[in-house]
Amino acid sequence: MMHFRTRFITQGIAKILIWVAALSTIGVMILILFQILKEGLPVLHLRFFLDSPRSMGREGGIFSTIIGTLALTVVAIIFATPLGVGTAIFLREYTRESRISRLIRFGTDCLAGIPSIIFGLFGFVFFVITLNMGWSILSGGLTLAAMILPTIISTTEEALKGIPYSFREVSYSLGGTRWQTVTRAVLPNAIPGIFTGIILSVGRSIGETAAVILTAGSSLIIPTSLFSPSRTMAVHFYILAREGISMEMAYGTGATLILLVLAINIVANWFLNRYIRHRA
Amino acid sequence: MVQEKKIVIQAFNFYYNSLQALQNINLHVRPNEIFAIFGPARSGKTTLLKSLNRLTDLVYGSSHAGTILLDGADIYDPRMSLTQLRRRVGMVFDLPTPLPMSIFDNVAYGSRLSGTTQRRRLNEIVERALRSAVLWEEVKDRLNTSALRLSGGQQQRLCIARILALEPEVLLLDEPCSGLDPVSTASIEETLTKLKENYTIILVPHNIQQASRVADRAGFFLNGELVEEGTVYQIFTVPKDRRTEDYVTGRFG
Repeated sequence: MMHFRTRFITQGIAKILIWVAALSTIGVMILILFQILKEGLPVLHLRFFLDSPRSMGREGGIFSTIIGTLALTVVAIIFATPLGVGTAIFLREYTRESRISRLIRFGTDCLAGIPSIIFGLFGFVFFVITLNMGWSILSGGLTLAAMILPTIISTTEEALKGIPYSFREVSYSLGGTRWQTVTRAVLPNAIPGIFTGIILSVGRSIGETAAVILTAGSSLIIPTSLFSPSRTMAVHFYILAREGISMEMAYGTGATLILLVLAINIVANWFLNRYIRHRA
Repeated sequence: MVQEKKIVIQAFNFYYNSLQALQNINLHVRPNEIFAIFGPARSGKTTLLKSLNRLTDLVYGSSHAGTILLDGADIYDPRMSLTQLRRRVGMVFDLPTPLPMSIFDNVAYGSRLSGTTQRRRLNEIVERALRSAVLWEEVKDRLNTSALRLSGGQQQRLCIARILALEPEVLLLDEPCSGLDPVSTASIEETLTKLKENYTIILVPHNIQQASRVADRAGFFLNGELVEEGTVYQIFTVPKDRRTEDYVTGRFG
C-alpha cells in the first residue's frame, strides 16, 4: 500500500514539473512576442516597409534594410546549401566511418560551437580585407554561409540517416550506380529534412547581427549589386537601440523581423506539406 | 540453343569479416527451371542469393573465394559490369520494398536508370511488366497513385514487375511471400510458374510446402553448407542425407 502511494506521489510531482517546464517555455515566448509587438505594431504601416530610412533611421521606413536582409540571406543559402548537402552526402553515402569522415565531423562540430562574432571577425579579415571584397553583401553572405554550414550538414546527415537501407539496396539491385541511387532513391526522400535545415539557417541568417555588422557594413543606401555594402534589419535594430536614435523605430524593425521569420516559416511549411502530400 | 547450365557455382566461400557464411558451395542451376534454396534461418540462403548479383558487395568487410559463372562468364571478373550484372540477375526481397513514388515510376525506375526517357517506350515497358507480374488488371487505372497504397501482395508483385521491366535472365526471389496472406501467396506462386517459361528462377521458399509446389529442383542448406541437392521429388521423398530428412520431416528447423 505504501509502495503504491509513493509511486502515486512521484507520478503527481513529475506531472507538475513537466507542466511547469512546458508552460514557462510558452510563457517566455509569449512575453517576448508581446513586448516587441506591443511596442512595434503601432509603427507598422505600408509606408514603413516601403520607404527608405531618413536621418539615420529616425524617420522614414526600413525598405533598404529589408532588401539588405533578404539579399544577404539568399547569398548565404545559395553558397551554404550545395556545400552542406554535398558534404553530408559525402559523409553518409560515399565514405564509411573513417579518419577523414571523423575529421570532417569534428571540424563541423567545432564550427557549430564558434560564437558568431568570431565568424564576423574572420569574414572581416578574410573576405573584406584579404580578398578585398569590402563591406558588401557578398562578404556578409559568405560569412553567414560559413556560419550556417554546420546546421545544414548535420540536418542533412540526419535526413539521410533516416532513409531506409532497403531504398538503396533496391536501387542498386535495379542496376543503379551510386550517383543514380543517391539522386533518385535517397535525396528525394530526404528533401523534407534538408528543407528543415535550410529554414533553420534562414532564421539564423536573418537574425544575425555580430557577424554581419563587421562584414556587410551598415550603409542605409539601397544595395544595387553584390558588392554594395548594406545594413540588415537586425543591424538596423541594434544601431537604432544602441545609439538611442529611436526606440520606436527599433521596435518597428524588431516587429517586422519577427513577422518576416514567421511568414517565411508558414510559406515554407506550406510548400513542404504540398511536396510530402504529392509524393505519398 | 538451350544451355545446359545457366549458373555454375564452384567452390564458393563467403565471409562477413571473419564470420564464414558460405562454405565450399558447388551448385549449378539450369535454364528455365525453378531452383529452391531451403533450410533453417542463418543457413546462408540470402547470402548466396545476394552473391549471385553481387549485392553482397555493399556489405562492408565482406569477402569471397571461389567462382560463380553466369553463362560461362565469371561474375567477379573485373571486366564484368556490375550494373549490367544486376539487370541480368534481378532480385526480389523478402519484404515488399516499393519506393515511395507512383506505381508507374516504380516499374519504370530501372529503365530510366539506363537512359530510357521516351514516354511511349516507358508506357510499353510498364504495361508489359505489370502484365507479366499479373498485376496489370488491378492497377491499370491508377498507375499514378503511390505504390505505398497497394496491399502487401500487390506491392510484392509490383517489385516482381519492377525487375521484370528490365527483362532479366535470372530472377532471385528471397522468401517473396513471407509477409503475405495465403491468397496473395497463391497468386504469386501462380505468377512464378508462368514466369518459368522465360526466366531462370532461384527461390528461397517461404516453407517446404511452397518449395514442393513450385520448384523443379532444390538444395538444402545448413550452417552455410549445401547438404544436398536434387529434384524436388527426390529430396522431399527420399533424401540421401540424414540432416535433410530430419529437416523435411520437421524434426528440427
